[in-house]
Amino acid sequence: MALRGDWMYENNGGTCVAIAGIDYCVVAADTRLSVGYNILTRDHSKICSLADKVVLASSGFQGDIRALHKNLAARHLLYQHQHNKQMSCPAMGQLLSNTLYYKRFFPYYAFNVLGGLDNEGKGCVFTYDAVGSYERVGYSTQGSGSSLIMPVLDNQLKSPSPLLLPARDAVTPLSETEAVDLVKDVFASATERDIYTGDKLEIVVINASGIKREYLELRKD
Amino acid sequence: MLLLVFGLSFLSFFPSLSLSQHFAPTRTKPHHRISVSLNLKQRKQREEKRRMMMKLDTSGLESFSAAVPSAMAAAEDQLFAPPSFDLPAGCADFDKFQMEAKQTLKHAKGTTTLAFIFNQGVIVAADSRASMGGYISSQSVKKIIEINPYMLGTMAGGAADCQFWHRNLGIKCRLHELANKRRISVTGASKLLANILYSYRGMGLSIGTMIAGWDEKGPGLYYVDSEGGRLKGNRFSVGSGSPYAYGVLDNGYRPDMTVEEAHELARRAIYHATFRDGASGGVVSVYHVGPNGWKKLSGDDVSELHYKYYPVQPTPVEHEMVDAPPA
Repeated sequence: MALRGDWMYENNGGTCVAIAGIDYCVVAADTRLSVGYNILTRDHSKICSLADKVVLASSGFQGDIRALHKNLAARHLLYQHQHNKQMSCPAMGQLLSNTLYYKRFFPYYAFNVLGGLDNEGKGCVFTYDAVGSYERVGYSTQGSGSSLIMPVLDNQLKSPSPLLLPARDAVTPLSETEAVDLVKDVFASATERDIYTGDKLEIVVINASGIKREYLELRKD
Repeated sequence: MLLLVFGLSFLSFFPSLSLSQHFAPTRTKPHHRISVSLNLKQRKQREEKRRMMMKLDTSGLESFSAAVPSAMAAAEDQLFAPPSFDLPAGCADFDKFQMEAKQTLKHAKGTTTLAFIFNQGVIVAADSRASMGGYISSQSVKKIIEINPYMLGTMAGGAADCQFWHRNLGIKCRLHELANKRRISVTGASKLLANILYSYRGMGLSIGTMIAGWDEKGPGLYYVDSEGGRLKGNRFSVGSGSPYAYGVLDNGYRPDMTVEEAHELARRAIYHATFRDGASGGVVSVYHVGPNGWKKLSGDDVSELHYKYYPVQPTPVEHEMVDAPPA
């Protein structure tokens, strides 16, 4: 990929998943970093804790992802100085969308899922494309294994569309432990069939008592 | 660096004159009235002084090898030459790279949206599918964007482009209200958007939108796209499913429909487009814009609509298959 003189991106692979619950949010990503057929490291985190109720997971080109995470963390610090409070998840969602769109003509090669709790304490997941179009959803996945994982999540978690009238709730009725188990199962399956997913799974759970991190070993082949 | 030195020295001699005259490489007409009033002799004297100051001794800046011609000159040139770097990858043809980068990311497009004016106002309808290449990235995208309580915009083309610029349009409309103490017209709002998109023409934005609203002149509908086009009209459909939607819409349209009839026509048109177009699907949303603003009339899943319009008929069978008797 890097051999072509005019191509400035690289895909480092990886998959991210986020599930929103009634009062929790689960964000998970594998920790493999690859270039082509090589694995550069088995221990690279794709998850960035932006605020005490907001966590961002991104897959794609790690150079752009690093820069994007740094940019958002700096903007969050400015916000805290100006407003004397942490950013809420919907606010960070809009900020990420605008940050991505400002580089519309030389995009961040980053596929993001933002997870956290909204102002009412309910789980909230935002899913993005590379140039900033975003949507609040009940669950989402991005990255190389996303087309393997999304159908499974649709099967287990699909809820009525928020566009229906009369409206119906979009949040999953799973409990926190059930959601974490589902994430582990789904990554184990994706690891079987996607070469860029594997090694280790990092699971971050956000609820009213804070942010909790957990690791699960995946297949290393 | 040399010019800066010039500037400082001239300031001390001719404080009343601007610097720009003396830096001009060509002898153009003087811009300032001060110099016109000087007589020819004074002007000639200043010219002389300037030309003398131009002759600086730059021998110290020449490279060592030129001053000392020797067989070693070539090697020394390399030693003392400033380090050269390869241009970063991608600089050879940045425009082509930008175009390719935009193609590769394949952001969401493919949709069906429609809007039409009738005697009771404007009906706006859209599906809710977003696709990235062949992958359905979402079945619940909001394609009808509420710019303000009496104006709607539809989204077709690049999702991020539409979202961002519609939000930007909403901000501009609000600023217009605050600055002019009255609501912006549909004509004005669509013109604002069209002018912005025209300035980005050719850069790869992909937006095909309709601005629908009710202002002092009554119902208004404009089609605006990223090529810079802006059309006023009574009936529009935009997106990959628009041919199918036009078929149903043009067939059933009458200006004197009731709101209910218009609602049903719009819903059917989008349903038929989602039936035949792979890039459209999800939920049909229908809005009505009346004199008091917009109101969402319905949101129906297209697969449920299918069974509502075409209920399953029990098909008569001639020979019915019978399970094999247990052995």
